[in-house]
Amino acid sequence: MATTSIERSATLRRPSSKTGLVGWLTTVDHKKIGILYGMTAFAFFIVGGIEALLIRMQLAGPNGDVLTAEVYNQLFTMHGVTMIFLVIMPMTAAFMNYVMPIQIGARDMAFPRLNAMSYWLFLLGGLFLNSSFLFGQAPSGGWFGYAPNSLFAYNPGPGMDFYAVGLQILGIASLASAVNFIVTILNLRAPGMTLLRMPVFSWMTFVTAFLLLFALPVLAVGLFELTADRILGTNFFDVGKGADPILWQHLFWVFGHPEVYIMILPSFGIVSEVLPVFSRKPLFGYAAVVFAGAAIAFIGFGVWAHHMFAAGLGPIANTGFALSSMVIAVPTGIKIFNWVATMWGGRIRLTAPMLFAIGLVAQFTIGGLSGVTHAIAPHDYQQTDTYYIVAHFHYVLFGGGMFGIFAGLYYWWPKIFGRMLNETLGKLNFWTMFVGFNLAFFPMHMSGLWGMPRRTYIFPPGMGWDLMNLLSTIGAFTIAFAVLVFIVNAVRSHRVGEEATGDPWDGRTLEWSVESPTPEHNFHETPIVHSRDDWWNTKYEEDTQGRPVRVPAGAADDGEQLDVGARERGIHLPDPSYWPLVVAIGITVIGYGIVFLRPQGPASNQWSAGGILFIVLGVVTLLSGYFGWVLEPLEEPGGDDH
Amino acid sequence: MWVFLASEAMFFGSLITTYMLYKDRTANGPGPTDIFDIPFTSVSSFVLLMSSLTMVLAHDGAVKRDEGRMRLWLLATAMLGTVFIGGQVFEFTSFVSEGMTITTSPFSSSFYLLTSFHGIHVTVGILFLLGLYTLSRLGRLPMEDDIRVDMIALYWHFVDIVWIVIFTFVYLIPVG
Ligand code: HEM
Ligand SMILES: [Cu+2]
Repeated sequence: MATTSIERSATLRRPSSKTGLVGWLTTVDHKKIGILYGMTAFAFFIVGGIEALLIRMQLAGPNGDVLTAEVYNQLFTMHGVTMIFLVIMPMTAAFMNYVMPIQIGARDMAFPRLNAMSYWLFLLGGLFLNSSFLFGQAPSGGWFGYAPNSLFAYNPGPGMDFYAVGLQILGIASLASAVNFIVTILNLRAPGMTLLRMPVFSWMTFVTAFLLLFALPVLAVGLFELTADRILGTNFFDVGKGADPILWQHLFWVFGHPEVYIMILPSFGIVSEVLPVFSRKPLFGYAAVVFAGAAIAFIGFGVWAHHMFAAGLGPIANTGFALSSMVIAVPTGIKIFNWVATMWGGRIRLTAPMLFAIGLVAQFTIGGLSGVTHAIAPHDYQQTDTYYIVAHFHYVLFGGGMFGIFAGLYYWWPKIFGRMLNETLGKLNFWTMFVGFNLAFFPMHMSGLWGMPRRTYIFPPGMGWDLMNLLSTIGAFTIAFAVLVFIVNAVRSHRVGEEATGDPWDGRTLEWSVESPTPEHNFHETPIVHSRDDWWNTKYEEDTQGRPVRVPAGAADDGEQLDVGARERGIHLPDPSYWPLVVAIGITVIGYGIVFLRPQGPASNQWSAGGILFIVLGVVTLLSGYFGWVLEPLEEPGGDDH
Repeated sequence: MWVFLASEAMFFGSLITTYMLYKDRTANGPGPTDIFDIPFTSVSSFVLLMSSLTMVLAHDGAVKRDEGRMRLWLLATAMLGTVFIGGQVFEFTSFVSEGMTITTSPFSSSFYLLTSFHGIHVTVGILFLLGLYTLSRLGRLPMEDDIRVDMIALYWHFVDIVWIVIFTFVYLIPVG
């Protein structure tokens, strides 16, 4: 057992506490990291939501006077950036972290410390972006930050520097996660878990990770060029020096269109888990769903310019991109068909996760259809930059992505926290959110087609837009109420929630085969997988008509000595580490240094000493983190004797 | 590692695309034909190519469990890498003195960004090599089952190949 007599240098010692604050700061456990991702992203969801409510208050009626134009620009930009990079992506990352390794029968991610670094970079990058409010100006160039508009000459002040550097930090985090997810799925699957037996959520994690892998570096180049233009005075986007005015748009949308699938595919994965469980039927056309997901991802790289129809690419390019965009509707349609067919004839239980999943299918269909309308280039000329677009992307991002995330929250909550959420509150949550969502965003189709431009901080009376805007605002506050219901439900569950069994939903995949909450080492013994829906098949056999019949109790769960920890079982788990946090702090400090480097703009000769100091400090921290990381022993000597 | 390199390929792909778009946009400043010194850059490219050879030798040493040989060639590789970086620094200073800075034109901006990102990759590679050397000196590099040497070797070859692409696209095509 543990021997404390071994001498070792204090700095290279691996922290051993797994509880308390130090435990959270140094954790490399994929489950804890998943929980951190989820909590942090939820906090940012509230921030982004408050920004949305402020926008809607301003637009509740004509000539609103809640916000000035300048503040309005900052709010809609930060709202969009927050929702995309700090809410949807990390929320799905939370599930990927927590659920995917268990679904494939692994004990942890392939690179646990790298995983922790991703989380810290996400947290610090998010705080970095939002700290711009404290430094006098938040980003205000829209979430896609079009250059040359975002150059210093047109957008002075630190806002767009925070945007460019902040997204860069978040990008490093996502890139590291993507590598981690891919390697984990390729190398750590349990025996028998072939790729085509893998649960759909894990499949979508895999596909999303590849999208990130290929899309992020393109954004990174765009952001580096923007930062260089703003700080060093280079000429990537300076049209006066002969730069190309739409280079940024190309770089951004080569990333940006895959990005929308990065946001939606994980939710598709969640729905593909929830629908079969609550219909008590296997997923209809598993292979088709997986293949359609991969196809969407692949085609998604060839359609970016449909965001640029109005930029004047010429008729040939526009036609080509319009066609390829419409082709994407095909695999998407296949998925929707398969989901409906899964429910068809099933024994449906309308629990909260199921309701959210059905909500996604319905609302995403609407968003998908309005999407096809602007894949047609002439249509898009009419719709672009109107509220019709705002309606469209909220139907896919909120009606699709966010509803899928809520389905996942209700579905996996018992597994993660060991307590059930209340069903009545869950249903109230769903219905208020469903009504509020449609009330907020359906009218925007109308106001958009009636000509109301997006990103306008004020509109005059007498345009016929008043009623639609008032409805949207009422809807927004209804959504806020629904979110409050969720928070109440979560707190209540924590206090008095019913304790969850290992398998409260009668699930199909491996995560339901272990206790709730999941033990630290995930599985007492490495599972051996014999089929798709393996856990279900250990519980049920088919009778002669193909109906499921329960296998006699006791066959599946042996319930042996649950209180025995990993170490006693001789299971090796990675030790906690400080260095991921140190590395992330180093990178963030460098980020501040870059933002403050040239406060008077690239044309001036002033370099701020503070900025240089921060960069030096950051590099030192980063390097010491790096060397600490490399040199720290792989495991604490004496910590376990295997 | 392959997964990560795929991502890097996209990164350099985008940078090279920007450069190809801007190679003739010189805003009345010097252009590729005015400024490049092909013989000089060919020599430094050759040095970098040689470092791939020494990397192969180092890797071979590791495979054969011959730590001494591995360390020797690791150092040689790091040396050649440093020479290459030195050449790049010299090249940049002479360009600047001929009046081409990073702010001169879209051409100059994209040239400097692309080549300096490559330079940073080489520098990081040198740090990796020195890290390996130190670990081995400390006796902390188990020769069995260690994939670190493999990964760093792969990275180093990748950075070399990227340079060959850059040399072709940036130096040879515009001038030729
Ligand atoms: C409480 C619910 C929400 C409300 C009331 C709301 C409202 C709005 C409004 C009114 C705008 C348009 C501002 C303008 O163009 O002038 C907007 C923009 C945007 N929203 Fe939301 N939103 C909500 C939730 C979400 C969610 C969950 C997402 C998820 C990804 C999201 C993503 C975006 C994006 C990407 C933009 C575009 C920002 C830009 O133009 O750069 N929103 N939102
Ligand atoms: Cu798109």
